[in-house]
Amino acid sequence: MQVTSSVRKPLVTGGKTTHDVTEDICRQVEGKPTKTWMLAMAISLGFLAVGCYTLFYTLWDGIGMWGLNKTIGWAWDITNFVWWVGIGHAGTLISAILLLFRQKWRMSINRAAEAMTIFAVICAACFPMIHMGRLWLGFYWALPLPNTFGSLWVNFNSPLLWDVFAISTYFSVSLVFWYIGLIPDFATIRDRATNKISKAVYSALSFGWDGAAKTWARYESVALILAGLATPLVLSVHTIVSFDFATSVIPGWHTTIFPPYFVAGAIFSGFAMVLTLLLITRKVYKLEDYITINHIELMNIIVMVTGSIVGVAYITELFIAWYSGVEYEQYAFLNRATGPYAWAYWSMMTCNVISPQLFWFKKIRTSLVATFVLSIVVNIGMWFERFVIIVTSLHRDYLPSSWAMFTPTFYDVGDYLLTFGLFFTCFFLFAKFFPVINMAEVKSIIKSDSLKEK
Amino acid sequence: MESGKNFILGIYEDEDVLLKAVRNVREKGVKIHEVFTPFPVHGLEDALGYKRSRLPIAAFMFGITGTTLALTMMFYMLGIDWPMNIGGKDYTPLPDFIPVTFEMTVLFAAFGMVGTFFVVSNLKPWGKAKIFDLRSTDDKHVMAVDLDKNSLSPEEISAALNDSGASEVNTKNFD
Repeated sequence: MQVTSSVRKPLVTGGKTTHDVTEDICRQVEGKPTKTWMLAMAISLGFLAVGCYTLFYTLWDGIGMWGLNKTIGWAWDITNFVWWVGIGHAGTLISAILLLFRQKWRMSINRAAEAMTIFAVICAACFPMIHMGRLWLGFYWALPLPNTFGSLWVNFNSPLLWDVFAISTYFSVSLVFWYIGLIPDFATIRDRATNKISKAVYSALSFGWDGAAKTWARYESVALILAGLATPLVLSVHTIVSFDFATSVIPGWHTTIFPPYFVAGAIFSGFAMVLTLLLITRKVYKLEDYITINHIELMNIIVMVTGSIVGVAYITELFIAWYSGVEYEQYAFLNRATGPYAWAYWSMMTCNVISPQLFWFKKIRTSLVATFVLSIVVNIGMWFERFVIIVTSLHRDYLPSSWAMFTPTFYDVGDYLLTFGLFFTCFFLFAKFFPVINMAEVKSIIKSDSLKEK
Repeated sequence: MESGKNFILGIYEDEDVLLKAVRNVREKGVKIHEVFTPFPVHGLEDALGYKRSRLPIAAFMFGITGTTLALTMMFYMLGIDWPMNIGGKDYTPLPDFIPVTFEMTVLFAAFGMVGTFFVVSNLKPWGKAKIFDLRSTDDKHVMAVDLDKNSLSPEEISAALNDSGASEVNTKNFD
């Protein structure tokens, strides 16, 4: 028998029974799409359409359509890439690390968070692929395949190549982890399905799952090992992304603090995005009994802790730049804080360092409105963090005659919108056709958490 | 799992009653075909006397395959097939190969283990579940007893299931 301390707040409220869980979650999947959903879908498809238009011209005319120049060869593209990859860290963190730590509050949020992870990584992958220009040749450039140049292989010394391996491994392992968890829930929907098409579709998706004790025992062992594999994986991904910068010799990039600093920032922005999405999902789908204020408070605490780590990292960077005595390093940081991009730097500081500190107040971290607003502020701040690191370190080149500023063009904005459209289209499709909460896992805590309330 | 056609099903409402019932029913000499539950019930595999899964071993084997493959690939490509002189540095620097080696290890371990899990549990997109009771994926725990594999009479089995706390005892025939 599972025993939960009476001091802990129940993770499922409203005295839900096991059957209620099935009803509450399947209702969204089985019902007709609502007007709100149609409207939301139409808006994200609109973004996707604008994005496809700009993507077409970016590919047709080349990436000269972006606002890049000779000095600033990397700007919005890689900023967006790192931003999306960072967001894509929360899902696997929640499902893997919190599973290893036996944090049961992960159970009602892990499904949606993992879905978000997968879609965010897809959006992230768009940017390096677009940046290749001729992305249909990307396989030859990025993967160690025999090619027409003879056996000229990819360069395994390059962090950009490590990135290819890290992100594709992360994406595929996260996808598998997510899918394994979905199988029992698809079986539940299959066994309730009344029309032929949904029965056939969910039957195929559920892989013939029957819920046998033997299969569950194997399932549990697979989930535990996958969590053990995904934990170092999730930490390795942003570490390797940070190597893209840290292994270069550009002042402002060449920093050993980058790996932990990037990982903390990734968890920070990932949790913020989970909060943004779940606050809406919970409201629209009336899941207040499953995603409780307690869940939101716990996530806010993680946002606060990782936000503070990020703050300490910013200050450490500044201190080390001064303490190192390297003139170029000192100038890079002085220029960040007081140069022409100071507005970006101080936006970043305000959004990432100051705003999460508000969560020290219990009233704020348990307020839905405040959480929603701050979760968006955090992600704006995290976008500026990457912009600051990338553009301000590049724009004052070694020769003052090469100094430049970056101005985004319509195509920069459009390609960014493309990923928003893609992300939300995928997320809304997921929210309509897949169970947004892991029913099987939540059912396993019903007895210890929900029924004891009665 | 190939099995008979005639089953007696005990339906249980509660996982703790189920756990006791499994031990109780087995002590009475009833061979349980399988128990179907809507969520993982901890301790059920021990109560049923199942051996520990060997999937972690499979994961380890696939993992070291990935490690070996990654290292062999990189040493062959950059060391033997086309050595590249990059600033006079070592052709095959091991530290530079660690990230890719790590990722390939994780990739192989994860996919290998999940693939093995699908194969041994007979999970595939075209697979059809043999459904004893539709409620077993909703909120009921279903204990299936195969009549052809038990020497006890159906009445004795039903009585054992009833005594162990089953809320319903049904029969199920597959044709």
